[in-house]
Amino acid sequence: MTNTTTLLAWRNIWRHPRRTLLTIAAMVFADVLLIFMLGLQLGQYRMMIDNSLAIFTGQMQVQADGYNDEPYMYRTIPAADALAEDIRARTQLEAVATRGYGFALVSSETRTLGAQISGVDPQFEPRVSTLPGLIKQGRYLDGKADNEIVIGSTLARNLRIEPGDELTILGSGRDGSMAATVTPVVGIYESGNRDMDRMMLSMPLDTFRDVFSMGDTAHSIVIGGERERADRIATGAQAALADKDSLVLLDWETLMPGLKQAIQADFTSAWFMYAVLIILVAFGMLNTMLMSVLERTHEFGILLALGVGHGKLGRMIVTESAVLATTGMLIGILIGAVVVGYYLVNGFTYPGMEAMGERFNIPSVLRPEVSLRSLLPGPLAVFLATMLASLYPILHMRKLRPTEALQAV
Amino acid sequence: MKTPTFMLITIAWRNLWRNHRRSLIMLTAIAIGLWGMIWMTALMRGMVDQMIDSAINTLSGHVQIHAEGFLDDPSIERTLPPVRDNPALQSLLDSARVTHWSERIRVPAVIRSERDVLGVTLVGIDPQQESGLSFIADSVTEGEYLAGVDDRHVLVGRKLLERLETKSGRRIVLMSQDPDNNIAERGFRIGGVFDTDLQVTETSYVFAGIETVRAMLKMGDGVSEISLLGPDYRNLDALAADVRAAAGKADTKTWLELDPYMATMLGVMDGVILIWFSIIFVALSFGLVNTLLMAVFERTREIGLLQALGMPPANILIMVLVESLIMLLIGLLAGNLLSWLTILPIQDGIDISGVAAGLEWAGMSSTLLPAVKSSDVLLANAIVLVLGIAASLFPAWRASRKVPVEAITRIWQ
Repeated sequence: MTNTTTLLAWRNIWRHPRRTLLTIAAMVFADVLLIFMLGLQLGQYRMMIDNSLAIFTGQMQVQADGYNDEPYMYRTIPAADALAEDIRARTQLEAVATRGYGFALVSSETRTLGAQISGVDPQFEPRVSTLPGLIKQGRYLDGKADNEIVIGSTLARNLRIEPGDELTILGSGRDGSMAATVTPVVGIYESGNRDMDRMMLSMPLDTFRDVFSMGDTAHSIVIGGERERADRIATGAQAALADKDSLVLLDWETLMPGLKQAIQADFTSAWFMYAVLIILVAFGMLNTMLMSVLERTHEFGILLALGVGHGKLGRMIVTESAVLATTGMLIGILIGAVVVGYYLVNGFTYPGMEAMGERFNIPSVLRPEVSLRSLLPGPLAVFLATMLASLYPILHMRKLRPTEALQAV
Repeated sequence: MKTPTFMLITIAWRNLWRNHRRSLIMLTAIAIGLWGMIWMTALMRGMVDQMIDSAINTLSGHVQIHAEGFLDDPSIERTLPPVRDNPALQSLLDSARVTHWSERIRVPAVIRSERDVLGVTLVGIDPQQESGLSFIADSVTEGEYLAGVDDRHVLVGRKLLERLETKSGRRIVLMSQDPDNNIAERGFRIGGVFDTDLQVTETSYVFAGIETVRAMLKMGDGVSEISLLGPDYRNLDALAADVRAAAGKADTKTWLELDPYMATMLGVMDGVILIWFSIIFVALSFGLVNTLLMAVFERTREIGLLQALGMPPANILIMVLVESLIMLLIGLLAGNLLSWLTILPIQDGIDISGVAAGLEWAGMSSTLLPAVKSSDVLLANAIVLVLGIAASLFPAWRASRKVPVEAITRIWQ
């Protein structure tokens, strides 16, 4: 008997091939669009996150509790190098680097400006940050000389200096004492990030510690590595912090709340658009199913009179919608996968993207994400919405009485 | 006697309500589609307006004049002569074409409290002229706004105050570089605290009277920038050209030239809106075509009858198109009404402070004001109406093509 239901449903669908095809086409259109947009969005987010984190922040950082909110110089990590070594051993990850940060007045021969100074470990810094690779002039800190500095391109321009010139640095140390030194500039980097190019200098951590009276402390231990492995790395790092109450492990969401929220805001507004689209497709399905039920009133009357129950008729209609919705979903996913696959290989770009890319520090070619989480949610939402829409015709059908229905033409 | 046109409209109207459920579903779909178009554009436009507003408000103004090279290298050496030395510029700025203008000195500086040292931009302003031009005059929430060009207090942002762990009324020290490359250093009392939507504004700027800053930096009567507002942030080219001519050897730029990102953003926005409209329309048109096809199909017999009675095929085509037109018009009416009703309660802005840090990242504040532009609403309506009629041509053409005899004898299918 189930077979008759399915067979009837199948034949009913093709009573009006054009209507059926149009309904499926609407679903496929929505599915492909959703897959494409979602894939593009996720690809863009991944790129934004990866690029923003790779420049300087890293995947996670160990800091003294409270330093992230109020970065005072005295909030330091004691015996930071030993701790970094411990984390390296426990996570089996080389990309762990110790840093110190300070603020100072930086003077060239002609200019004086305030700037952020970071003390970095020349050996490990290139493994957590892409900044060492973004040197445009000169070279990065090579770890051989103690007293040298690299500087952001805008800052270098404002100070009117070139590699080889000397800078006088004047600030206050961890204990409030005067911190002063004279350092040759060996390199200029251009990260594309306005603030970093305008505000930041890097010097070897050992020199930084001497100048700013840091002892063996540091302000953060930056942990890099791949984001896919973040959970395992975090477990390892957390174990190293087990007996250190004053230290915290911060993930990138905490370190860069703006990035996280920008993504959330963008995601929310995008789903508003998607919802409107899905609702429209669901209305189309509602209309199709309602039509196909209404035009069969007479036929349903006969079936009811023959003793076929409302339940069975209902199952038949649900089967019809399910076949339609599933066909739409499968074709949609297939075409959608081909479309995003094409752009995954060839990259996607639109006018104005270069300027946006510069602002948000992303490359000007987008590669959409092709994964279950980009391929499935859109088509599934369309499927559910259309199935939901076909409930109304069933409710309508249940009200039919055989005698009345038979009189309908 | 009824005219044929009137008759066609009557038939179309009655046809529309023969299957009221189907028509209502389609009407709802059109209304929701239009609502989605108008709403989304209102929010997007609102966001961009706000970004522009805050960009202009945060010291940029509509047009800025700087000494040549200042934008690349904002140093105290690059100054302009004051406006009063340039009668042509003075009369242009005082004319009705410019609503507000002011001179400023802008230098990188270092601010020091007992607890911390931070880098800021010190802005010397003329408090009277500045009011109405930028945010500062209306944003002082604690203490007093500057009284005059030689007021000896400074205004500090709320967030900066917290970072420096100091209070209104306390002293801070500002350091910068004078034109002779010496460090100029001077203590100030904090006279007022300002609050803005964007934290970065609060931490970036410290304001003082322009004469006070000149005295601190031991400089003459030069200015770093002249900022002015015209009547509207669009169509500034003519004004900018005249200012450029009057200012002579200086760097005159409109806010769009100063912020190329914002300019591309505006261009991208129009494209995005058009794409969004088209997507919604395509989703809508599937339903529309389907509904009309069904309506025509189930009337095969009576259309055949009409033709047999002598109705020309063109009239049948028009009849179906009129039916579609009526449906589109009612749907659009409902959609516009729905948009109006849903935007009305949020006219004063939606609080989206839940994602404030993210919006700050994009240079926006945490209240979103929807901006309904009549051009967008018209475009949305026009797209649905014109393309809707175009999409109905196919079902209408199919209806008119039917051969009478075949159509009448055909009972079902």
